[in-house]
Amino acid sequence: MATAALAIEAPQARSGIRSWITTTDHKRIGILYGVTAFFFFLVGGLEALLIRAQLGSPHNTLVSAETYNQLFTMHGTTMVFLAIMPLSAAFFNYIIPLQIGARDVAFPRLNAFSYWVFLLGGLFMNASFLFGAAPDGGWFGYANLTSLQYSPGLNIDFWVLGLQILGVASIAAGINFLITIVNLRAPGMTMMRLPVFTWMALITQFIIVTAFPVITVALVLLMFDRTFGTTFYSVAAGGDVLLWQHLFWLFGHPEVYILILPTMGMVSEVIPTFSRKPLFGYAVVVYSGLLIALLGWGVWAHHMFAVGMGSVADSVFSATTMLIAIPTGVKIFNWIATMWGGRIRLETPMLFAIGFIAMFIIGGLSGVMHSSAPADLQQTDTYFVVAHIHYVLYGGAIQGIFAGIYYWWPKITGWKLNDGIGKLHFWLSLLGMNLAFFPMHAIGLLGMPRRIYTYDTALGLDTMNLVSTIGAFIVGASALVFLFNTWWSRRKEPAGADPWGGATLEWTIPSPPPPYNFTAIPEVVSRLPRWSRTEMKAIPDVPPEPIHLPPGSYWPLVAAAGIVVLATGALLKALILAIGGGAIVVVAIFAWAFEPFEA
Amino acid sequence: MNNRRSIGVAFAALALMLAACAGDYPQSTLHPTADFGYQIDGLSRTIFWWAVAVFVIVETVLVVAVLKFRDRPGAADPAVVHGNTLMEMAWTLAPAVVLVFIAVPSIQTILKTTGAPVDGALEVEVIGHQWWWEFRYPALAVTTANEMHVPQGRTVTLRMTSADVIHSFWAPKLGGKRDVLPGRVTRIAFTPDSVGEFMGQCAEFCGESHANMRLRLVVDAPADFEAWVAGQRTAPPAPDSAATTERAGLAAFRQVRQPANHSCIACHAIEGVSAGVLGPDLSHLASRGTIAGGILPMSADGLTRWLRDPTVVKPGSLMPKIELSEAEIDALVAYLTSLR
Repeated sequence: MATAALAIEAPQARSGIRSWITTTDHKRIGILYGVTAFFFFLVGGLEALLIRAQLGSPHNTLVSAETYNQLFTMHGTTMVFLAIMPLSAAFFNYIIPLQIGARDVAFPRLNAFSYWVFLLGGLFMNASFLFGAAPDGGWFGYANLTSLQYSPGLNIDFWVLGLQILGVASIAAGINFLITIVNLRAPGMTMMRLPVFTWMALITQFIIVTAFPVITVALVLLMFDRTFGTTFYSVAAGGDVLLWQHLFWLFGHPEVYILILPTMGMVSEVIPTFSRKPLFGYAVVVYSGLLIALLGWGVWAHHMFAVGMGSVADSVFSATTMLIAIPTGVKIFNWIATMWGGRIRLETPMLFAIGFIAMFIIGGLSGVMHSSAPADLQQTDTYFVVAHIHYVLYGGAIQGIFAGIYYWWPKITGWKLNDGIGKLHFWLSLLGMNLAFFPMHAIGLLGMPRRIYTYDTALGLDTMNLVSTIGAFIVGASALVFLFNTWWSRRKEPAGADPWGGATLEWTIPSPPPPYNFTAIPEVVSRLPRWSRTEMKAIPDVPPEPIHLPPGSYWPLVAAAGIVVLATGALLKALILAIGGGAIVVVAIFAWAFEPFEA
Repeated sequence: MNNRRSIGVAFAALALMLAACAGDYPQSTLHPTADFGYQIDGLSRTIFWWAVAVFVIVETVLVVAVLKFRDRPGAADPAVVHGNTLMEMAWTLAPAVVLVFIAVPSIQTILKTTGAPVDGALEVEVIGHQWWWEFRYPALAVTTANEMHVPQGRTVTLRMTSADVIHSFWAPKLGGKRDVLPGRVTRIAFTPDSVGEFMGQCAEFCGESHANMRLRLVVDAPADFEAWVAGQRTAPPAPDSAATTERAGLAAFRQVRQPANHSCIACHAIEGVSAGVLGPDLSHLASRGTIAGGILPMSADGLTRWLRDPTVVKPGSLMPKIELSEAEIDALVAYLTSLR
C-alpha cells in the first residue's frame, strides 16, 4: 500500500527528531501533548505524595512549611494546567479530526505553536524549583498575599508569568479547535451527528476562549502591581482584595468544566461502544453539556461564601449552583440508561468509564452539600472540599482520561494495552483513591483546614490521615502499573482498524492512521456511521487523488521560545531580554506567515 | 461484582465516617455548642441524608445495570434504543424537586446567620495578623490575643478585619467560618450554650505559618467571665524588690536593642511598661493557656523555646530570633510568667 500511496504523491510519515520538532500533523502533536502532559501528571503526583507523606503523621518535619506551601501550590497548578487540560488536549488533537472526517486541524502550525508554548510554559513554571523559588501562594493565588509586600521573592512572578504563557497556548488551541470542528466537518457530518466527545470538546473550547481572558486580566493586573507598582489589589491605596477573587473564580469555576467536560465526552464514547447500544438521549447529553457550560458562568461566587457577600448574593449563588446539578445528573442517568439493556463488556476502558460514573456521583453529591452557603461555612477551606475536588478531578477527570487512553491507545499505536494489567491498574487506582480521598470528608468535617503543613495530634485525626496517605501511595503505585503496561504491551496484540466495534469514523481507518487520515474525505450519512443500517460509502484503500499535506515548520517552536524569553525578561526585570523575546516572536510570526506553502 | 466491591469500599468508608462522629474531636463541626453551629449542623444533616438517598439509589441502579446486562456468551444483541423523552423528563425533574428541599432551608439559614449586630450583644473586635489573633472588647477596654473569653448564654458578635493578608476565623464547634479581610469588615454572631474551651484556627491560607495560626474560644459561666474581665482590666503589678529575676526580666524587656526591632518594647504592649502594637499585648500573658498563636503551652518551657528562636517554632514568624543570653531568657520567662 505504501508504494501505491507514493505513486500518487500521498505524503508519508517522516522519522527522526527533526520530523517531531517541525511536525504539524495533529496526530503527532497529540502524541507530544499526551507524553508531555503525562510527564507533568507524574510530577504533580510526586508532589501529592510528598504532601501526603508530610501529613501521614502529626507534627511531621519531613518538609518545611515553606516547601510544603510550594508543593501544594505546584500540585494544584500542575494538575490543572499541565496535566488534566493538556491530557484532554492530546485527545482533542488526535481524535477530533478523525471523528469529523478531516485531514488535520484548521491551522496546523498554530496547533504546533500551542504545543510548544504549553511545553515551554510548563518547563518555565517548574524551573522555579531550580531557583528554590517555586510558587507558594496556592493555585488560586489570593490577593493580597501575592503582593510584593507579602511575597517578595520570585515565586509568585514565576506563577504569574507561567500562567500567562500557558493561557496563550490554551487560547490558541481553543480557537483552532472551534474553527476545526465548525468548519472542517466532512460532508454530511451535521452538528447533531457529531460524536459526543467532539461535542463536549467544542463546548470546552468555547469556555476556554471566554474564560482564559478573564484570568489573563487578573494576572496582568497582578503583574502590574508587582512590577510597576500599580495598586489594583492594594488595600492601602483603596484597592479591594476581593477583586482578585471575583476575577479568579469567574475564570476558575468555568475551568472546572474545562477539566470535566472533555472526559464526560470520552466516557460518552466508551459506554455505548462497550454496551453495544447507542448513547441514550444523545440530544439531551449534548444540550446538558451546553447548559453546564452556560450555568458554569453563573456560579463563581460559591467559592466565596465565607467572605461575607451578604444574604442576597449568598442565596443567588447557592441557587444557581444547585441548578447546575440538574444537567450533571441528567448525564449520569443517560449513561446508566445507555448501559441498561446493553451487552456490557467489562474491558479496561469500560471499567474506567463505570468507575468515572460511580466516583463522580460522590463528588457531585458533596458538591451539592457545599452549594448551600451556610453548610459551606463549615466545609470550605477544609479537607471536605479537598475530598470533593479529588472525587471530581481524580474520580472523574483522571478516570475518564484513563478510559480514553485505554480506548484510543490501539488507534494511536496500533497495539492494544494488556487487559489484565489494565484491570489491575483500575482496581488499584479505585482502591487507592477511595482510601486516600474518602477519609478526607471526615477529616474536614472533624476540623482540619486545608493547606496546613502540620496539624495537632489533639485533633484526633492521626489515623485517618495515615489511611489517606497509604491510599495516596496506592494511587501512585497504580500509575506505575499503567506505565508498565504501556511498555509490556508494545507490539504484542495488533489492534486492527477497529478493536472494540466502535461506531464513529476514527474506527474506519487503519491503526495508526496514515498521515493524511482518510484516503478520501468520507461522506457521512448517519450519527453512528459504523453501526447504521444506512451504509456509508466505503472509504477506498488507496487515495484516489493526490493529497496535499502542509510541510513541517520550525517557526511555531521559534515563536513559542520567543514568548518564554519575553517572560524570562519580565521575570528578571531585564528589559533587553524582554525586548529580545518580543522581537523573536515578531520575526517568527512574519517568517511563519510568509513561509512557502510547498516543502 | 466489580462495582459491588467499589460500593463496599465506599460504604465501609461511610461507616468509618459515621463512627468517627462518636470520638473526641475538639475541632469538629459535627458537635456544635452555639446557635450558629446548630443552624448549620441541622441544615447540613438534612442535605447529607438527601445526598445519601440519591447516592444509594443511583449507585444501586448503576451496579444492577452492570450485573444484569453484563455480556455473556450467546447473549442477544441489544435492542437499538436512542432515548425516551418521558423518562428523560422524569430524571430531569426529580433532582429539581430534591433541590427545592435543599434550597429552601438553605436560604432560610442564610437569612438567620448573617452575623448582623444585635442589641445587648457582647461585641468583640477580631483582628487577624500573620500569624496570630488580636481580640479587643471595646466596651470593656480589654485587649488579648489568641484566646477569646466569652460568657455563656449571651450573644457575641464579632466585628472582624485584618491587619495584613486575608485570614478566616473558624471555631467549628461554635459555627461556620468567616473570612477576615484587610480593608473590609465581616461579622459573625453566636450564642454559646456550653461552658468549655473550644479549639479553632485560621482557615484561609495566609502565608508560611498558616498552619500555626490557632485560636481558642473559652466560654465561661457569666460570673467567671466577669472575674476574667476584672483581671484583664487590672494593670499587672510591677515586680517587687524581692523578686530579682523578675526585675531582671523587666529590664531585659525594656532594653533597647540593635537593630531596634529586636527590642521587646518595639512591638509588644504591657500596661504601664510599653505600648507596642505590632505583636500581641502581653499585659496578662500568663492568664492565657497558650502562646505563639496557640501552638505552645504558656509555661516556662514554652516561653523558653519561643524566646530561643521564634522562627523555629513558627516558620516565617515576624518576631525575629533575638540574641539573648540564657540568663536573659530565664529572667524574661520569670517576668512574663508573673503577668497574670
